[in-house]
Amino acid sequence: MSYNTMERSKEVLKKEDFASDQMVKWCPGCGNHAILAAVENVFPQIGYKKENFCVISGIGCSSRFPYYMNTYGFHSIHGRANPIATGVRLFKDDLSVWVATGDGDSLAIGGNHFIHVIRRNIDINIMLFNNKIYGLTKGQYSPTTPMGQVTKSSPQGTIEHPFTVGELVLGAQGTFFARVLDMNPQFTAQVMLEAAKHDGTSVVEMLQNCVIFNDGAHKLITDKETRDDMQLYLKQGEPMIFGKNKDKGLILTDGGLKVVTIGEDGITKEDILVHDMYARNRGLHLMLAKMKPPHFPIALGVIRSVESETYDQLLDKQIQEAKATSKIQCVDDLLNSGDTWEI
Amino acid sequence: MASTRQIQNRDNVVIKFVGDSGDGMQLSGTLFSDTAALAGNDIATFPDYPAEIRAPHNTVAGVSGYQVHIGVETRIIGDQCDVLVAMNPASLKANLKWVKMGGTILTDVDAYDEKALEKAGYTSNPLEDGSLSSYNVISPHITTMARETAMSLKMDMKSATRTKNMFCLGMIYYIFDFQLDTPFKLLDKRFAKKLDVAAVNKEVMKAGYIFAENLELIDSVYHVNTVELPKGRYRNITGNIATAWGLLAAAERSGHKLFLGSYPITPATDILIELAKHKSLDAKVFQAEDEIAGICSAIGASFAGALACTSTSGPGLSLKTEALGLAVMTELPLVVIDVQRGGPSTGLPTKSEQSDLNMALFGRNGEAPCIVIAASSPSDCFYQAYNAAKLAMENMTPCILLTDGYIGQGSELFRIPKVADLPAINPPVAKPNDPDYKPYRRDLETLVRQWAIPGTEGLRHRIGGLEKTDIFGEVSTDPINHAKMVQYRTEKVQRLANRIPKQEVYGDQEGDLLVVSWGGTKGQVSTAVKEARAQGINVSHTHFTNIMPLPANTQDILKKFKNILVCELNSGQFANYLRMTYPEFKYEKYNKIQGLPFTVSELVEAIKNQK
Repeated sequence: MSYNTMERSKEVLKKEDFASDQMVKWCPGCGNHAILAAVENVFPQIGYKKENFCVISGIGCSSRFPYYMNTYGFHSIHGRANPIATGVRLFKDDLSVWVATGDGDSLAIGGNHFIHVIRRNIDINIMLFNNKIYGLTKGQYSPTTPMGQVTKSSPQGTIEHPFTVGELVLGAQGTFFARVLDMNPQFTAQVMLEAAKHDGTSVVEMLQNCVIFNDGAHKLITDKETRDDMQLYLKQGEPMIFGKNKDKGLILTDGGLKVVTIGEDGITKEDILVHDMYARNRGLHLMLAKMKPPHFPIALGVIRSVESETYDQLLDKQIQEAKATSKIQCVDDLLNSGDTWEI
Repeated sequence: MASTRQIQNRDNVVIKFVGDSGDGMQLSGTLFSDTAALAGNDIATFPDYPAEIRAPHNTVAGVSGYQVHIGVETRIIGDQCDVLVAMNPASLKANLKWVKMGGTILTDVDAYDEKALEKAGYTSNPLEDGSLSSYNVISPHITTMARETAMSLKMDMKSATRTKNMFCLGMIYYIFDFQLDTPFKLLDKRFAKKLDVAAVNKEVMKAGYIFAENLELIDSVYHVNTVELPKGRYRNITGNIATAWGLLAAAERSGHKLFLGSYPITPATDILIELAKHKSLDAKVFQAEDEIAGICSAIGASFAGALACTSTSGPGLSLKTEALGLAVMTELPLVVIDVQRGGPSTGLPTKSEQSDLNMALFGRNGEAPCIVIAASSPSDCFYQAYNAAKLAMENMTPCILLTDGYIGQGSELFRIPKVADLPAINPPVAKPNDPDYKPYRRDLETLVRQWAIPGTEGLRHRIGGLEKTDIFGEVSTDPINHAKMVQYRTEKVQRLANRIPKQEVYGDQEGDLLVVSWGGTKGQVSTAVKEARAQGINVSHTHFTNIMPLPANTQDILKKFKNILVCELNSGQFANYLRMTYPEFKYEKYNKIQGLPFTVSELVEAIKNQK
């Protein structure tokens, strides 16, 4: 089923309908609290029946998520949320399936599953909490920890090149990729609604701050003094303008992006690139996904959203086709097919 | 002429077709066994192929084979063959040890050039040096004659050369007193879209038949006696196909559609391939990116209400173990099929063994009991796959079905059942808006929890790999609660012992010696016990299908015998399991760990040695 054909709730649902009775055990100040609030807000807006939401997670701080939502939920094992969600969705496509996962869960131990679920375009929604650290095991570096960062398992600094989530998603032929900040639940809810509307795998990277083991991981992006110059909110069909004075923008030059100031060097608003999340060509989306401070702002919002048939739809099509054409309509037909003889 | 020849009436005959892996031996074998089955013989077959798809031409490593046992009772593949059809020197070299003294060898003299002999490792030509004098060797110019016949029908030379297997088969049909009408029909069916190819093959087969008829070297033909089987409709089936069909039958009967999450692995891949064909039966088959995703997707589907399955072989089961623990913990139904092969590690991918028993029983972190059952023959795979689905769904827990490469790829006659006659499957599905529903509330007698399927009104709940509180299913590290939950999970599986069929004994119900076997060795072991009894030895046999839990009367059976001999294709895993469970008895072991099935003669010998 697609967003348009999913069954809608007859009753008007509220945030409270999705709040669980469990005590939320994330650390005070953890970015996850705000994300949870955003998700509780957005589920009623999506409008499906409350029984048809299913939240699935792997292991890690973020993966406690299902316990804090009053939906059908499955807290699984490390790295495996995506294949479990795949099974749920493929078997029962009237369910809205949400995966809560982290940078360790989906990019390290579950990296293989992550790229394959995206490649197949299975209609699930992945919320990837990226705090650039292993929080639950108390502070070892993850696949997104910046090179050189000192952590408990890298006392002299990491010697690994980090993944950029968006680059991986687009490399795996992702059809929907967005990025949000934990501290901005309203914007998060807006983006998640877009993710829900997208038929196919949606990945929303949630830049999340671990106050205990990696506090300030996104400091440049979130600090009051720098944030306006370091955050680019993408809007469909609008020029990519940012900055305290709304005078900075992106242009394409020498095959790459460049930050320019409107009014300087003859640059006008018309010169600024216009965001098109529906563009099939991945080139610009990839550049946007890879931008990072201090030389570039971080791109927030929906970077890419393109239509492509989902695995679920294709599978259903094959099943309907087989049912319409096959001589074998029940198991007795099968048992008696081919060479058989009476004794 | 046949009339001048002696006709030997035989109850059982074993014939083996061997050649290069591109020589069409599997086709020859299937055509021959289907013909025999249609003529009223009981049959058993076993393909024997190298791990390499196209190993170097004419080498021993590249030999592929197909063994057929026909006759009145063929519960097993015969130990040694009466007739060997060898297409080249390498295949003769690799298989001569399996030919009975005085047996017939049919081979193609055209294939014995110097280069081929050297590649096969012969220093002299066995057809000329007298080394085969204890056998009845027939070595005509098969390639030449087949090629001439096919080319006279305007087939190109390369394709014509490939018809040599049909020429041999024609000769074999003559030697076994079969008419060609049945094989002709089978060829027409197989090449329904290429009737010209079928026509040439038929002509070449006929040429072989006539050639054999006129060949003086053939001094006798065999007539294999047919068998009185129970009335019904029959077909030939391999264990892997039977497994796939058993699952489909269980899905239909239970009303829970089938989901298979799997990853290709020898010798289990046929199950994946077979189920992928049956989308018209609502089977959803997902070829995952790895073994772990295979089982995890199945666990997800199980949560969503599927008859969820994953199929694999040893190394794959190793990869699945963590997820299997999750299925135990979340108490979700799951069927795990392990078509065992030789291990450890990559081991012997194309050979058979029973060495994954320990892993099936104990191979998970924590105390994580699963139901474990084992199929005993190719057609039994159908019933045990069905049974595994029933046990998993009704008891809300994973069930591991152990088959093996030998029964998975081997075939035998299968009396076709009606799905409606199979036992009902009634999983404990929770009802919408049940005010009493709690995720870990259990049936007091069976200790089984309910299956609340996402999408059902009023049953929203959370499950997961963390320990949960009894009844309510909330995350908990409470020590007493954990002890209770561990006990529940164990007890749930153990209590099943009273609901599964009682263990039976073949032969005297008490006595000197009880031979114990399990899984795919039933045919050989039961035949050996029968033979030993015919020789006057006081021996009985009990064969286990239910392994975890063991049937409730197991202890009562074991205590009635002075000696117990456990026969298995590993170093003694089932014997150790019995010793652990019933330490009061003494267990002797007979083990074989060569990637090969037991032979009846070595088992009879082992039984005699116990006396």
